[in-house]
Amino acid sequence: MSTETTAPAPSTGKRADSHSRRWTGLGWGFVAKLLIMMIVNAFGVSAIMSAWNAQAWVILGASIVLLVVADWVYFSRRMLPLKYIYPGLVFLLVFQVFTMIYTAYVATTNYGAGHNVSKSQAIDAALIQAEREVEGSPSYPLAVVRDGDTIGFAISEDGVVEVGTAEEPLAEVDGAIDDSGRPTEVDGWEIVKVNELLSDQALAQEVTDLRVPVSDEADDGSLRTREGSTAKVYRSSLVWDEDADTLTDVDSGVVYTPNDRGTFVGDDGSTLPAGWYVNVGFENFTKAVTDPEYSKPLLKVTAWTFAFAILTVASSFLLGLFFALVFNDDRIRGKKTLRTLFILPYAFPAFLTALLWRGMLNPEFGIINKWFFFGADINWLGDPWLARFSILFVNLWLSYPYWFLVCTGALQSLPSETTEAAKIDGAGRWRQFRSITFPLLMVSTAPLAIASFAFNFNNFTIIYMLTNGGPRFEDTSVPLGSTDILISAIYQISGVAGGRADYGLAAALSIVVFVVVGLVSALAFRQTKKLEEF
Amino acid sequence: MATTAPTTGTSHRFQHTRRSRWWLEVGWKYPLAALIIFYAAFPLVFVLSASLDERGSLAGTQRLFSSISFENYQNLNDTLFWTWVGNTLFIGLSAAIGAVLMGAAAAYAFSRFRFQGRRTSLTGLLILQMFPQTVAFVAVFLLLISLGEVIPALGINSKIALICVYLGTALGSNTFLMYGFFNSIPMEMDEAAKIDGASHSQIFWGMIMPLVRPVLAVVGLLAFVSAFGDFILARIILVSNENWTLAVGMYQWVSDQLTARWGIFSAGTVIAALPVLVLFLALQRYIVGGLTAGSVKG
Repeated sequence: MSTETTAPAPSTGKRADSHSRRWTGLGWGFVAKLLIMMIVNAFGVSAIMSAWNAQAWVILGASIVLLVVADWVYFSRRMLPLKYIYPGLVFLLVFQVFTMIYTAYVATTNYGAGHNVSKSQAIDAALIQAEREVEGSPSYPLAVVRDGDTIGFAISEDGVVEVGTAEEPLAEVDGAIDDSGRPTEVDGWEIVKVNELLSDQALAQEVTDLRVPVSDEADDGSLRTREGSTAKVYRSSLVWDEDADTLTDVDSGVVYTPNDRGTFVGDDGSTLPAGWYVNVGFENFTKAVTDPEYSKPLLKVTAWTFAFAILTVASSFLLGLFFALVFNDDRIRGKKTLRTLFILPYAFPAFLTALLWRGMLNPEFGIINKWFFFGADINWLGDPWLARFSILFVNLWLSYPYWFLVCTGALQSLPSETTEAAKIDGAGRWRQFRSITFPLLMVSTAPLAIASFAFNFNNFTIIYMLTNGGPRFEDTSVPLGSTDILISAIYQISGVAGGRADYGLAAALSIVVFVVVGLVSALAFRQTKKLEEF
Repeated sequence: MATTAPTTGTSHRFQHTRRSRWWLEVGWKYPLAALIIFYAAFPLVFVLSASLDERGSLAGTQRLFSSISFENYQNLNDTLFWTWVGNTLFIGLSAAIGAVLMGAAAAYAFSRFRFQGRRTSLTGLLILQMFPQTVAFVAVFLLLISLGEVIPALGINSKIALICVYLGTALGSNTFLMYGFFNSIPMEMDEAAKIDGASHSQIFWGMIMPLVRPVLAVVGLLAFVSAFGDFILARIILVSNENWTLAVGMYQWVSDQLTARWGIFSAGTVIAALPVLVLFLALQRYIVGGLTAGSVKG
């Protein structure tokens, strides 16, 4: 191959640009590929192994499939196009396609606070939550021990040192104890000093959460500690009966059975706090519409979302178009400089804009009140209608330069013959604009307007940074406010940033947004007819 | 005298009407331009002035530039600001490079190879690109919790995880922009290189990539800016404050009305916005081209 590349090539006029003659076929390119694939495989295999250990079957399956396909694609000679598409495709499938499908799945569950694990995890959690100190349990002198990242307990019973971790039950090891019976030396383990426990919050938390099984039998209970110097035996008051699918409280005799809502209900009517997620069908969707707590604020939020997106696009388009029409004039001097100054807001990062305006609109010391309203105490962001107006105003400041640029570009590309013909026919300026310029302009800008609508429909940053969605609705306990748009409402309801989590409802609302955006984009799609290009 | 007087009179009148016509047609545009510039620039001038105000609050800023001090800038050193700058650069640059490489590779395949399912894949990408990833943030959050249990580097509070999430949109949003550009490079050049004995990867890396540099720059810049400006995903994924990006961290500075630190916020804003501002204005022309081709910021 290398000899071929040195042969004279047919003249293409770009001969000097071609780097191909320097290449040597199966040279370092193949080596590089081999190296990259080795890294990919090493990473993939380790991911598969840890998925196996963590018993995460979906992730295990996905990583096996992705890895096998990767090897097949890059070591087969036939999969040429996929060699180029596959890396991006993996990310697309995992972080976009899968998340969309998963959103649809979560929307049909009651996933959220109190129902955020699978059933078997919920049972484990219930057993742990019901753990009580065993009455009359001896108190063992304890030393916290460490081996790398693994934390364990070392105790002594009748002068014999025993060590266990969360996974390994207590077992005898060689070691030494002091007068009080506390292990001072444990074979193969490093003893954690008491001062260190006191000073390191995270470590102390880990130690108080640690449960070391006394033996292989779960009924023997496990060792736990409160302060890090003595350990006691704890045992769960609940017993899990796998065949009957029930939890029984051995102290009170209450039998808890699972219901179809993902909660254990006792025969005395009490429920256990640990629940799991179950399929609830379209309940989240109906809840959003019929539950009075949600339906009214959500209706307002939806109306404002549309109003916000439409008004933003309309106002910034008109202002940008007006500026473009006025300043698309060769008689003006310094047009380039003016243009650069006009688009300053566009070059300013949007999130900083929103935060900056938040400060400037502050009623007490913001400069908007001070400079333009003679120090009046106008509560721009605290009054529902003023807050909505402020958001539109700030977003106008942020987006008119975009439309100024787009319209200027579009105006300059309009054929001058048509306007000249109109002029000769005696059309006035307004007539020219209305009948010729504007319709021609709309052809090129309408798809962008639709895209801009879709963007602003989900413009979380400006809403959240400027008003946090506030001021809050007062007639509901749902944490929504007058300026919340759908995406910020989803954010509040989902509780990903704190507060009560309701992933199910949040995902259901995401689906609604997907449908709206999808419909709007389909409209844009037909407009641009991009499909015809390929 | 008798002959010159009317001449000066008419020329005077002529000048007069010419000036008033000039005012009517062109002149009024200058005051309007001044008004627009004031509207566009005063928040920016204000933040610059506030950043130089030693009192470090918005309350003190009655007059612009009433005091010049660099205290706010020095105070930035006592915060995690520079860590956030580093995080933002790391995340933004990685996302940009990843997006450029993956988008270019995919665009090359779609533009140069004819294979089964090509049209379907392109249509699929076009449809997928319509659905913004941020709307699915609940699912992204839950996915990363599960992934983190298997691969800690891809869990919540990992910058790598955030980059991967951003890369999820690389194919959808950039392939089309690049696809058009790639198509504008004549196939004959590929064929010539093939006759020279170049393999497909040599053509891609050695010939196509250098030729499409302008579109690579635009895609890279757009990916960087969108990572720079993203708040919702960064906010839910990056938990501990030493992992935050600028958007998350600076929001925290001023989100609480009572403890808002407007002084350092202003200084941070000037530092964070300046490079983006300069970059945007310098690459204005390319970006406008990129915008009209489909990716929208505002």
